[in-house]
Amino acid sequence: MIRFDCVSKRYPLEATAAVDDLSLHVRPGEICMLVGPSGCGKTTTMKMINKLITPSAGTITIEGRDSQALDTIALRLNIGYIIQEIGLFPHMTVAENIATVPVELGWKPARIAARIDELLDLVDLDPAIYRQKKPRELSGGQKQRVGVARALAADPRIMLMDEPFGALDPITRAKMQDEFLKIQEKLRKTIVFVTHDIEEAMKMGDRIAVLKAGRMVQLGTPMEILAHPADPFVSELIGGRQALKMLNLIFCDRLMRQVAVADRALGAEAALRLAAEPGAARMVLSSGGVRERFYVDGQSLELAGGDLAAAARPITTTMRPRASAQDALSEMFRTGDRFLFVEDDSRQIQGVIELEDLFRQVKGCEHAGQA
Amino acid sequence: MPARPRDLAWLGRLAKVAGFMALGVLLSVYVVEHPQDSLVARLVSYRKILALTGQHLWIVALSSGLAIFTAVPAGVLLTRPALKRWAPRAVSLVNIGQTVPSLAIIALSVGLLGIGARTAVIAMWIYSLLPILNNTLVGLDQVDPAITEAARGMGMTPGHVFTKVELPLALAMVMAGIRTAVTINIGSAILAAFVGGGGLGNLIIAGNNISRMQVLVLGAALPALMALSADAFFEMLEHRTRV
Repeated sequence: MIRFDCVSKRYPLEATAAVDDLSLHVRPGEICMLVGPSGCGKTTTMKMINKLITPSAGTITIEGRDSQALDTIALRLNIGYIIQEIGLFPHMTVAENIATVPVELGWKPARIAARIDELLDLVDLDPAIYRQKKPRELSGGQKQRVGVARALAADPRIMLMDEPFGALDPITRAKMQDEFLKIQEKLRKTIVFVTHDIEEAMKMGDRIAVLKAGRMVQLGTPMEILAHPADPFVSELIGGRQALKMLNLIFCDRLMRQVAVADRALGAEAALRLAAEPGAARMVLSSGGVRERFYVDGQSLELAGGDLAAAARPITTTMRPRASAQDALSEMFRTGDRFLFVEDDSRQIQGVIELEDLFRQVKGCEHAGQA
Repeated sequence: MPARPRDLAWLGRLAKVAGFMALGVLLSVYVVEHPQDSLVARLVSYRKILALTGQHLWIVALSSGLAIFTAVPAGVLLTRPALKRWAPRAVSLVNIGQTVPSLAIIALSVGLLGIGARTAVIAMWIYSLLPILNNTLVGLDQVDPAITEAARGMGMTPGHVFTKVELPLALAMVMAGIRTAVTINIGSAILAAFVGGGGLGNLIIAGNNISRMQVLVLGAALPALMALSADAFFEMLEHRTRV
C-alpha cells in the first residue's frame, strides 16, 4: 500500500540525516505506528508520504505508483490527514471544516451536506448541534472528532495521523483512542500514525516502527517488541514491566475457557461426576437451559455431598470479552479470588479465567514472539 | 440559545457611528440657524457645509482607497516565500513617509505636483501606506504555519490555501490597519485646504481669517466627529472579521 525503499532525507547544513535509509512496507488495512523521541524523523517520514517533504534519496510507492510521479494535489486529496487539534481552520464552522476536501474535489452541495451529517454521526457528534459551531466553541475531544471526520470526508483509503491525540488530557485521550479503534474496525483504512507515546503505539498499532535519529531500529507487532526489544534503546522506550504491558495486549475473549454448565436438576452423583471431568473445576448453574449467576466449584461440591444448591455461590465479579488481561488481573487482586467469569454483552456468562491462564498466556506470547 | 455579548456588541458600535454623525448634523444646524453675526451667516450655509464635507470625504476615500489597493497586495507579495526577505526593507521605506510630518509631505508634494486636490490625495496616500502595509504583513505572518500546512497537506491548491485560509485569518489585522489609516486621513485631509484642495479645512482657514469662533469650531469639530464615527464603523467591521 505504502512502500518506502531506502528513503533518506538530508537537509543542507545538517550533519546527520533526518531520515536515514528507511525501508518500510505499510500493509493495506493496518495501523502502522511510527514511534520515537522528538527529532527521530517520524514526522518527516510521514510528511514524505503526502509530499509535504521531498525525499533526498530512495522511492516511496503508494498503491503501486512512485509518489514523485503522482500529481501532488490529487495525491493529497486521496489521503486523509489529521494533525493535532490546531489543524482545524478557526474561521470556519465545523461543517465547512469537514467539507474542505469534498469542496476541493468539486462535489455537489447536497452531496457534501449529506456527507457532513453522516460523518458527524460516525464520530458521535449531533449534526444539528455541531454543524454550525466554530472550533473555539468545542472541547479538545470534540475538536479531535471533527478532525477525524474531516480526514474521512472523501473516504480516502490512506490516512496519516500526526500525534492526533497529543494535546488531550489522559482520560479524553483514552476515550478517543477507543472510539477511533472502533471506527477503524469498520473502515479498515491503511493508517500511518505518528506518536512519541509508546503506550499509545502499543494500544493503537497493528505494527510499530521504532525510530531513533532517523533510523528504524525495530519493526514488529506490539507483542514482538515487548517480548524482544531489539536493543537497549527500545527496552528503555518500553520502560520495563514488559510482562505487565503484555497483559494489556491480551484480551479476555482470547484468554477465557468455555465454562462448564451444570443443570440444577442434576442428581448428586451426576453432579460429582461432571465436576470430576477435566476443565470443569468450576461450573455455572443453569435451570431450564438458562445460565444463572451462580457457580459451584469442585471442592465445595464434594463437601456438600454433590448438592448443587448447597454448594452454589453467587457470581459477583465478571469481565467483558474486550477487557484486557491486565484489567482481569487487577480485578483478581481486588477480590482476592484466583479466577473470574467473562460475560458477553447480553450479560450471559460465557467463560472463566483462572490466574494460571494469565501466567501461561504471557509465557506463550514470549515464545510466539521468538518464532 | 441566548445571544452572547459578542453577537450584540456590533449594535453598540453602530449606535456610536450614528451618534457621532448626529452630533455633527446638530452642530451644523445650530451654526446655520443661529449665526453669531451677518458675516457668519453669509459664510455658512447648508449647501456650503455639504459641499465641503463631500470634498473632504472624497479626498479621504480616494487616498485611503489608493493606499488599500497598493499596500494590501504589496503586503501579500512580501509574505510570499520568494519575496519575504524584502519585507523589512519595504517597511523601512514606507516608514520614512510616516516619520515626515504630514504638513511637510503636503508641502513637498506641492513642489512636485503643483496645487489642488490631486496633490493632497497623493500626499495622504503615501502617508497612509505604512499602517496598512505593516498590519497586512503582521496579519499574514501570525497565521499559524501548522494551519496552512494542514491545508496544504489535505490537498488545497496554493491559491485556495491563500484565499480560504490565510487571508480570512489575517483579515481582522488588515482591517485594523485600514481603520488606523482612514482615521488619520480624515484628520490630515484638513491640510488639503492649504494647497487649494478644498475640504473642511476651508472652514478653519475662513474662520481664522474673519476671527469668528463659530466657523473655526465647526471646521475643527466636523472632521473630528467624522473621524470618530469612521473609527467606530471600522471597529465594527474589524470585529466582524475577527475569528
